[in-house]
Formats: sequence, structure tokens, C-alpha cells
Amino acid sequence: MKKIVIREEYCLGCRLCEVHCATAHSKSKNIIKTFKSAQGRPLSALVFEEQGYTTFALQCRHCKDAPCIESCLTSAMYKDKHGTVLHDTEKCVGCWMCIMACPFGVIKPDLKEKKVGSKCDFCTGREKPACVEHCPNHAIILKEYR
Amino acid sequence: MRHLIIGYSVAAISAIKSIREFDKASEIVVLTDETSVYSRPLISYFLAGQVMKNKLSFIPKDFEEEMKITVRWNTAAKKIDSKKKTVLTADNEIIKYDRLLICTGGVPIKLPIDGYFEDISGIFTFVKLGEVEKLIKYIEKNKIKECVILGAGLIGMKAAEGLLARKIKIRIVEMADRLLANTFDKTASALLEEKLKESGSEFLKETTIKKIISKAKKLEALELSSGKTIKTRLLIMAVGVRPNIELCKGTGVAVNRGIVVNTKMETNIPGVYAAGDVAEGREFLSGENAVIAIWPVAARQGGVAGANMAGKITEYDGMFPMNSVTILGVPSISFGLTNPKTADYQILLSSEGGRYKKIVIKEDRIVGVVLVNAIERAGIFGLLIKQKLDVSALKKQLLLDDFGFLVLPRDFRKHFVTGEGTEV
Ligand SMILES: Cc1cc2nc3c(=O)[nH]c(=O)nc-3n(C[C@H](O)[C@H](O)[C@H](O)COP(=O)(O)OP(=O)(O)OC[C@H]3O[C@@H](n4cnc5c(N)ncnc54)[C@H](O)[C@@H]3O)c2cc1C
Repeated sequence: MKKIVIREEYCLGCRLCEVHCATAHSKSKNIIKTFKSAQGRPLSALVFEEQGYTTFALQCRHCKDAPCIESCLTSAMYKDKHGTVLHDTEKCVGCWMCIMACPFGVIKPDLKEKKVGSKCDFCTGREKPACVEHCPNHAIILKEYR
Repeated sequence: MRHLIIGYSVAAISAIKSIREFDKASEIVVLTDETSVYSRPLISYFLAGQVMKNKLSFIPKDFEEEMKITVRWNTAAKKIDSKKKTVLTADNEIIKYDRLLICTGGVPIKLPIDGYFEDISGIFTFVKLGEVEKLIKYIEKNKIKECVILGAGLIGMKAAEGLLARKIKIRIVEMADRLLANTFDKTASALLEEKLKESGSEFLKETTIKKIISKAKKLEALELSSGKTIKTRLLIMAVGVRPNIELCKGTGVAVNRGIVVNTKMETNIPGVYAAGDVAEGREFLSGENAVIAIWPVAARQGGVAGANMAGKITEYDGMFPMNSVTILGVPSISFGLTNPKTADYQILLSSEGGRYKKIVIKEDRIVGVVLVNAIERAGIFGLLIKQKLDVSALKKQLLLDDFGFLVLPRDFRKHFVTGEGTEV
């Protein structure tokens, strides 16, 4: 199966991955509309880190034995047949067990809506995840694993 | 071959999935004294009216067919005969097994309080769906506007959340000097106490109920050890749960506080396994056995038990206490040992604008964390505890809001972030 691999040595810190992630998950799929919408800037499913000159962006690792699924009290967090860890907002009650369990800290809570706010869905339906497609320096790549 | 499972909740369901991963053919029979599968932690959301009854399940509708299991609803197990390898049900049916899994969970602890009788109306526990349905009926019929909760632990606070959502004023009676005393210190508790006060609720600390006063089998008032008497028509007993080990008496299955299991989730009797709130398995930090009554532990232990029952040898490496509790919009997450009793621990604290972080360190390893109003990326702390990472060089960064993988040693970070999956 394919995995998203991140390579911090190549990260420019441009944060285009976040912009394109948010856009790909917006209603309009349009960058300008997405970022100028009345609801404010949408959350991307990546966590961007920066310390001095080092940067990288991390998203859900779609773990084999995903601790977020094991901890989820409602089965809102689940795995599809391709091994992608997905999240069903309908079932989510915002108990934050997944925030507690995720060792990568890549699930973002929406404290107001009491639902998981954003979590990488591997861009289900797209040929390539938006962050991979738009990373100008191949810091985020797709790799085949068996 | 027949796998027999007693109890049908998260530990059982994990076990079933795991058995079926390695063994498609054997028979699986489940005994449950309940009439549906529901997520126990959701009962407070059900009480609050935020989750409807038909949404309480956490398994697909066709789970039983898909897993090819037979579920015997409303059928309590009464007796185990581990020599004959049989279980007697409450209907006096004898069911044979080859492998047995006991995952009967916990039962509410009942304190011997003067004046308490089973049949007084207005006193409830808060563990099972059936009980909460009765509670809702009672609240609606009697137009309850106030109540008393005995115990400010996880279950008491969950009950509080559900009751507050129904606009019921609560008074919490607690022996300790703070809320969630198992994990919280006074600073963390104060953040919640403030919210409770705002909601018109009261926190009566360092006291307990000395006497229950009733009239014609109806709850009327409570006499506290502080000398105060408070009138109330609803009392929630939430002093905790203990492992439901009733079934093991006289069977030879070794019990301590819970059913003692090895790292394969097997009891001292070969072929008999236990998992979840009833089991006493390995605790990661101490390396000793302990009962950790939380959902993820039940899920993990059930999975390990199931694999071993199906013949796939799998080891449980132990977990540590952790929880996520949100009360009145204040989210908190805790891990491990948060209130050390001896002086050989270092404690890092930050408290700013209602955001509280506490990190407990022993011999340069994190062993406990409390986060209140600051839960973002909390799981990374769980990882650091599990991996026993030496944090001596990063103590300054641990409390900062931009704390993340970039402050961790490069090798450690790369090992976890790149590659196929987690090794957590
Ligand atoms: C109100 C509340 C809120 C909670 N919130 C959280 C939370 O936020 N996070 C968290 O991690 N944990 C939480 N927990 C704890 C969590 O629910 C438990 O850890 C988990 O349900 C344990 O699962 P289990 O499968 O071991 O047992 P249980 O879920 O307790 O299930 C045991 C089952 O066995 C059945 N049974 C018992 N005896 C017999 C018998 N003799 N014959 C047949 N069947 C029997 C019982 O009826 C029950 O259905 C909460 C618990 C409560 C009560």
C-alpha cells in the first residue's frame, strides 16, 4: 500500500501543503474562496513544526494498529479496506480519546463544535494527496510499501 | 473448538475481531446479561440527550453475522467449572468450552452507609445503560432540579456532565480536597471548580455521606460527616468501580483485586483468559500487575487475549493509566503517575491564562502528565512515556506551546515519523 513519507531535509517551510490540504477539503475546492470565506481560515490536516531553520509538516501516519481507533469510544475513528484511517464526524462526540492516543499528535480537536476538527483522510477520492502533489521540493512523497 | 466469552462489551468485541483474524472456523459463543451492546462511556452523553439510544452501539449492525458468533442475550453466566470446562448459565444451561474469556467488566462500589437500603427510590449508580434509563425516568417523573453526587472521580464527573446538560443543579460530595483526585492536583481541580461554581453547582470537599435519610422508601436528605444535612431527592453513588470477579469464586482462577493474568492475558488456569476492567494485567510503569479500568486498555487486552485464544502467541507489553475528561467545556488529558508521593520526582509546571500543564519526571524520564485546557498534541507525551525517552536535554521545551517532534532528538523523531507505521 502507499504511505505518505515526509523528509524534513527537503522541507522549505513554505506551508503550501497546509494551504492545499485545506483547499482540497473545502466545499469550493478553490484556494481564494477557501481562505477568504466568512468562516475564517479552515484547519488543514497537517501539523506544521518549526524550530530555527528546521521545519516539517506531519499528517496522520495511518498506523497499522492505530491507537486512535482502539481508543475511540464511538467507533467514529475507523479503517477502510485500503488501510486508511478515517473519521466519521457524525459519530464523534468530542471525547478526545484520539487526541490522547495519537502518538504523533496529528488529530486536531475542534473544541467549539466538540468534534475532531481535522484529520488526514489520505485525500480519499483524489489520485494523489494534495500535500504530496503540491509540495514543491518533494519533502512530502508517496512511497509504496508492502 | 469452541471459544466461550462472558460479557459482551469492548474487551469482548476486540477479542472476537482478533480471534477471527487468526481462526475463521472455530465456534464463538458469547454470554451477556445485557440486551444490547453499547459504549459505556456514552451513557453520560445519553443522559445529556446528546446521543440517542440507537446510536450508543460501537459495532456494525451485521457484526454477529460477519464474525459468525452466537450471542446469548440476557443470559448471565452463573458458575464456571474449570475442571469440566463448562459454564452454567442463570437459566441452568451448561455450556462447554475449549477456551474461556472472562470480560465481565466492573461493578459499582457500594459504600456501607447508614440508612442505605436497595429499595429507596432516588439513589442510583452510573455504570450501566439500564440504570441510566431508570434515572432519566425518575428525573422526568419527579421533575428533579437538583441532586447530589457522591464521588468526584471519573464516573462522578461524567454523571455531573450529563446532569448539568439537563439543567440540574449538582452538589458533589468528595472525601479528597479536589476533583478527579486520582489524577488532578489542586491547581488542575481549581480550573474545573471555577466552572462548576459558574453553573450554580457546589463542591463539598473533604466530607462524605454519614447517613441517608428517607421516608416511606423515598430519599429525603443526607447527613454529611461535616455535620451538615442537605435535602435532596436524587443521589448518584459514584465512588468507583471494582472488578466484577464474582464468577471466579471457588473456581481456582487466581484473583487479587482483579483476575490475575500473564502477558498473554491467560489466568493461572490454562485455557481461561481475562481482559478489560475485570483483569489485573501488567502495568507499564511499575511492571507489576494492576487494574486499569479504561477503554483503551480493555480494547488492547481483549485483542491480545483473542489472538492467544486463537493460537497466535501475542504478548501484552503493558499500558499505563490515561484519560481524557471534558467537564463544562474544560478539556483535560492525563497520563501515568501524576501525583507522586515521594521526593525523587521532578515536576515541571506551567499555568497561563487558564492553560495548565504538569509534567512529572523520574530519572530523566516522563512518568506522568496532566494537561488542562491545553490538550493539543497530547498523545506525544504518551509516546515519550512509553518509549522512556531521556528528556534531560529538553526540559525547557516540554512545556512550550510549540512543543513537538522537532525538539526531540533527531534519531528518535526519524524512527517514528518516517517508515511504515507506528511501533507504539
Ligand atoms: C460513565 C462512564 C464513563 C466512562 N468514560 C470513560 C472514558 O471517557 N474513557 C475511558 O477510557 N473509559 C471510560 N470508562 C470506562 C470504560 O467504560 C471501561 O473501561 C470499559 O467499558 C471496560 O470494558 P470491558 O469490556 O472490560 O467491560 P464492561 O464494559 O464493563 O462490560 C462488561 C460486560 O459484562 C457483562 N457481564 C457482567 N457479568 C456477567 C455475567 N456473569 N454474565 C454475563 N455477562 C456479564 C456486563 O453486563 C457488561 O455488559 C467509563 C465508564 C463509565 C461507567
